[in-house]
Amino acid sequence: MANRSRNIPIKHIIGFVTSVVLTFVAAWTALRSNLPVMWVIISILVLAVIQAAIQLFLFMHLTERGAGNTPWNMMFHGAVLAAIIVAGSLFTMSFGFM
Amino acid sequence: MSSDEMNVKPLEYQTEDGQMSIVGFWIFLAAEVVLFATLFATYAVLFGRYSDAPVPGNLFEAKSTLVMTLILLTSSFTCGVAVFEMRRGSVKSLLIWLIITLALGLSFLGFEISEFMHYAGEGATLQSSAYWSAFFILAGTHGVHVTFGIGWLMMLLIQLARRGITSVTSRKIFIIGLYWHFLDVVWIFIFTGVYLIGMVV
Repeated sequence: MANRSRNIPIKHIIGFVTSVVLTFVAAWTALRSNLPVMWVIISILVLAVIQAAIQLFLFMHLTERGAGNTPWNMMFHGAVLAAIIVAGSLFTMSFGFM
Repeated sequence: MSSDEMNVKPLEYQTEDGQMSIVGFWIFLAAEVVLFATLFATYAVLFGRYSDAPVPGNLFEAKSTLVMTLILLTSSFTCGVAVFEMRRGSVKSLLIWLIITLALGLSFLGFEISEFMHYAGEGATLQSSAYWSAFFILAGTHGVHVTFGIGWLMMLLIQLARRGITSVTSRKIFIIGLYWHFLDVVWIFIFTGVYLIGMVV
């Protein structure tokens, strides 16, 4: 049994508190700030990516050695494909001809 | 990463079967990333095609969206704590944290269902416009995943109560943990890309 010396899940608490703060920052940016719409969209998307990284690294043990390099490999390629699919669709269907 | 983590592998990784299952689940998650990417792409392309249906900016409510986000975020946290407790070998606190996770998942689902019913009452349904089709398919696919996760978790709780923490049950709990955190990752992007942007534009 892999008993740990630590009793408090510090990583999880840090991740949770940061995520809650980032959620409120994103909501505030979108609803209360007076930034131009483009800047709002860019900044809240950046905040979302940071939050996703928190989930992956602090909660999902992405860098844990147990499953080799697969987790990192899968998530990296998944993210690249997701970016190509979303950006590519927007380019071909909405913005490419402007 | 601390040194004890490097030396002693957690129970779920100790058998080859466990390791392979976890590796396989990561491959599944990569496929899920692509699935949701296609739905996000569809949503993004159909953004603004409202036809005669209501505009999302008038229907989305900041308060309930934030509540749903915080519920799911907290459930992801409690699920992470559950896996942490499992690795300490404590069945009892593992069960407690998983039950909290389950309750939060159920309340998230309740909010989502009442939200969808509210939209349908206002005239925004799957058939109303291209935009709402894309919206309901995207948010609905996530909701279906949550529903599936809730059923899965209930069955695992029964198995866990019967068998305790073994190399098999710990592997299953670890995998459902990955699944649950992943659903929160998807929700973060729905919260940001759909709700917040829908309320800004």
